[in-house]
Amino acid sequence: MRWHVIVNVWNWLNDQLLRMKWLEELVHWLMSHVIGLEEESALFHSLAYFVYDTVKIFILLSTLIFIASYLTSALTPERTQAILGKVRGLPANIIGALLGTVTPFCSCSSIPIFIGFTKAGIPVGVTFSFLISSPLVDLASVILLASIFNWNIALAYVGVGLLMAVLGGSLITVFKMERYVEGFVFANPTTAAVQMEEVPLTKKERLQFASRQVKDIIRRVWLFILIGVGIGAVIHGYIPEAWITSVLGSQNIFSVPLAVLVGVPMYADIFGTLPIAQALVSKGVGIGTVLSFMMAVTALSFPSMVMLSKVIKPKLLAFFVGFITFSIILIGYLFNLFGWLFV
Amino acid sequence: MNIKVLGVGCANCKRLHQMVLHVLKQEGMIATVDYITDLVKISEYGLMKTPGLVINNQVVLSGRVPTMDEVKVLIQNHFER
Repeated sequence: MRWHVIVNVWNWLNDQLLRMKWLEELVHWLMSHVIGLEEESALFHSLAYFVYDTVKIFILLSTLIFIASYLTSALTPERTQAILGKVRGLPANIIGALLGTVTPFCSCSSIPIFIGFTKAGIPVGVTFSFLISSPLVDLASVILLASIFNWNIALAYVGVGLLMAVLGGSLITVFKMERYVEGFVFANPTTAAVQMEEVPLTKKERLQFASRQVKDIIRRVWLFILIGVGIGAVIHGYIPEAWITSVLGSQNIFSVPLAVLVGVPMYADIFGTLPIAQALVSKGVGIGTVLSFMMAVTALSFPSMVMLSKVIKPKLLAFFVGFITFSIILIGYLFNLFGWLFV
Repeated sequence: MNIKVLGVGCANCKRLHQMVLHVLKQEGMIATVDYITDLVKISEYGLMKTPGLVINNQVVLSGRVPTMDEVKVLIQNHFER
């Protein structure tokens, strides 16, 4: 009996806070009663989707980034480095992948972090575990995934993301690929002593950090989100389902590699890809294909490859890109086959 | 006085560079300002978060864009010495 109540409360919280059912109803009501759009028209569907999704994503994202940043503000890359310096072997890869999901840093810092970790003696494979998981999985995106799809899919996404990071990093260690890192990365710092003292943050500073993160991230991703929601809205309202399923549906066995191929060169935050993913799923595209697309967009991009090529040699870069592409395709097929378990 | 802004060319780094130039001009202070995007040089400072601000070869800030007032205080502190 008591269990029943808990489930009900949880479902209500999920629907109203995470999925924001109230917002969807409000937008639909405004569209049909105030603006006077025909409820079944394509314009109604597109516009309602656009307004509801944009508002929802911005509210959720700001709240989540604030909470996540506050909680993780003490975890600087320096501290992460200190933690990673203490473990060896597979546990190091696992901890590296986990820390990657919670250490807040801007993607443009990934190369300085790579250099810093390597100089500090952390194995290249462990650093890669960290760098693979960090754009792929983070607190805010997991909860957004749960909001848009459901908790099973969100947790499955985290699971395979972490697995990929641990495995990729471990393979780099096993095959001793640190020899494909540019020499200067291993050199000791030569110019002036650097490390500023780490002072523990006060509560006020953590709050400031959190609100700064919200501003920084929103400033960086708002355009991606609008474009993403825009594409999603067009797909939702105007593009016929048959059209999409014939290209990306389960009848086409190449739908997964196709989604990955389209996604890899694209450069966007996971937050921009979520609305597209949602629209595709609602049009009958397999969950595996959609996850592959999202992972391809976030884990690999041209700018990040160019940056990486400055610190690692072509062989390691090729391994990195190849491994991720292959894993994402595999994940896509597996989810398409077993996706019914998650819905 | 020598000021270096370390960054890999992201928007935040450019913003910090502009802020430094603005503060110097406003306060009428003279300093050489280098905008460093070379990874090898940046890595020599052991910096893990960009942008970084280096005054007279000492890292004074990293990983965030400070406020205009913070930049002013940081520069003034080093200017007097």
